[in-house]
This record gives sequence, structure tokens and C-alpha cells, in this order.
Amino acid sequence: MLFELNDALMGLAGGALIGLSAAVFLLANGRIAGISGLVGGLIEKGESTAKVENLLFVAGLIGAPFLMAAAFGPTMIGVTEHVGLLVVSGLLVGIGTRIGGGCTSGHGVCGMSRISPRSIVATVIYLGIGIATASLLRPEILRIIGGNGA
Amino acid sequence: MRQAVSLISGLLFGAGLTLSDMVNPARVLGFLDVASGSWDPTLAFVLGGAVLPMVGAWLVAARIGKPAYADTFPKKPAARFTPRLIGGAMLFGLGWGLVGFCPGPAVAAISLGGAAVWTFVGSMLVGMWLFGATKRFRTG
Repeated sequence: MLFELNDALMGLAGGALIGLSAAVFLLANGRIAGISGLVGGLIEKGESTAKVENLLFVAGLIGAPFLMAAAFGPTMIGVTEHVGLLVVSGLLVGIGTRIGGGCTSGHGVCGMSRISPRSIVATVIYLGIGIATASLLRPEILRIIGGNGA
Repeated sequence: MRQAVSLISGLLFGAGLTLSDMVNPARVLGFLDVASGSWDPTLAFVLGGAVLPMVGAWLVAARIGKPAYADTFPKKPAARFTPRLIGGAMLFGLGWGLVGFCPGPAVAAISLGGAAVWTFVGSMLVGMWLFGATKRFRTG
């Protein structure tokens, strides 16, 4: 994949929409737009009014890409088809984000922007391990299981 | 009103992930894989673009003191670097680097990617459920 100026501009614009989303959620509802927390809150015990809000947020999160694909044409994505890799990765992301209390949105966007030391430390760790995994471990795994993984 | 805000925030979030192509794990891996020879910095622009408005939002929050439709803003957690925080972030990073999905993009990609996305999201929900189950067990 070749990186171009357009990707940087789309990245900035998309990022700004994500930041706007989190800003609205914070200033109106007083809540953190952390997706692992919102999704985790749906399947764990908790008050039902919060769950309705979580469900509506997730509905919007799923609905927007669907509507954009309907309006502007399909969004092509590249995902590994290897079921074992998907299952192990999904379990790790699910457990890890709940144990660590946040993911890229909660710690990365909402926490870092208020200079929360916990969020900065978490982001440095998951980013560092993510880079090491994708750069060193993943190519070895793909070599063993075969396939290009995308 | 809180419910309408939740839906609008979710729509904005999903639109941002789609516009920036962060719903595409291949794009995310292009950033995380620094050894491939074709590094893709898009993710850094997305994170920067998202953090900036939120810096403003926290400053506004400090000024107004109270959200429009709630009583308090979430308190800033104390700077305690617990084994849970560090261990959880490590597990998350490992899972993220294997496939290129973190929770937001994975959920947002449900209508775009077919069985692979469902498999990932299903496993992620099982992982979250396992966490909830052990929490219940620990607290009796």
C-alpha cells in the first residue's frame, strides 16, 4: 500500500470526526467515548439506562460505515481469513482492553488528551507491543501457517 | 436527549473511522509493521486529528464544570501504574498487532468484512465476557 498526501488529509479529517464524537459525548453526556468500555458495559452487569446509551452509540458506530458504503460505494477492507489467528487476536483484544481499562479510543484519544499518566503509559505499551507483534511476530506466524494474512 | 447524543456520537465515530480508513486492518498493520519497507503513517494522523479536538473539549469541560445532560465529568484517575493496567495493555497490544483490529474499528467493520470480522468481534466479546465473569467471581 502506497501512502499519499490524500491519505494524510483523510486521516486528519477522519481523526477530527472521531475527536468531535468524543468531545460531544463528553460535554453533553459526561461520558468517555471508549469503545471497549461501551461494548464491555453492554455484556456486563450494570444499570440499564447506561446500557441503552451504549447500545445507541454502538448502533451509530456500525450504522455510519454501512450508510457511507450505501451512499458512496463499497469500502474495501483487508482482513486475514485465518480463523485461528482471528480467534486468538479477538480474545486477547477483548480481555486485554477490559483488564487494562481502555483501548485506542479510551486511553489513546480521551485519556491522552487530558494528559492522564495512566492512559499515556497504557498507550505507549500497547502501541509498542503492537508494533513489535506486527513487525516481528506476525511475519513468523504467517510463514508457519502459510498465506499472506490479508 | 442523552440517547440522541449517544447515537449521534456513534455515527460521527463510525464516519471518522471509515473516512480515515481505520476500519481497514490492512491499513492499520501498514502502520504497526515498521519492517515491511512500505510504512504507512496514516494512523498517526488519525490519532493526532482526534486528540486535538479532545484537548479543547477537556479545557471546555474544566471551564463549564458540568456536562449539559449529566451531573459530573469523569474524574481523572490517579497516576497509579498497576499490574492490571500494564498487563492489560500488553495483551491488547499483542492481539492488535496480530490482525490489526482494535475494538472500535472491528465493531464498525461488521457490515463491511463478512465472516472474518464476525469471527474477530465474536471472540472479542467472549474475551470481554470472560473478564466480566472473573470479576463477578472475585467480588463474590
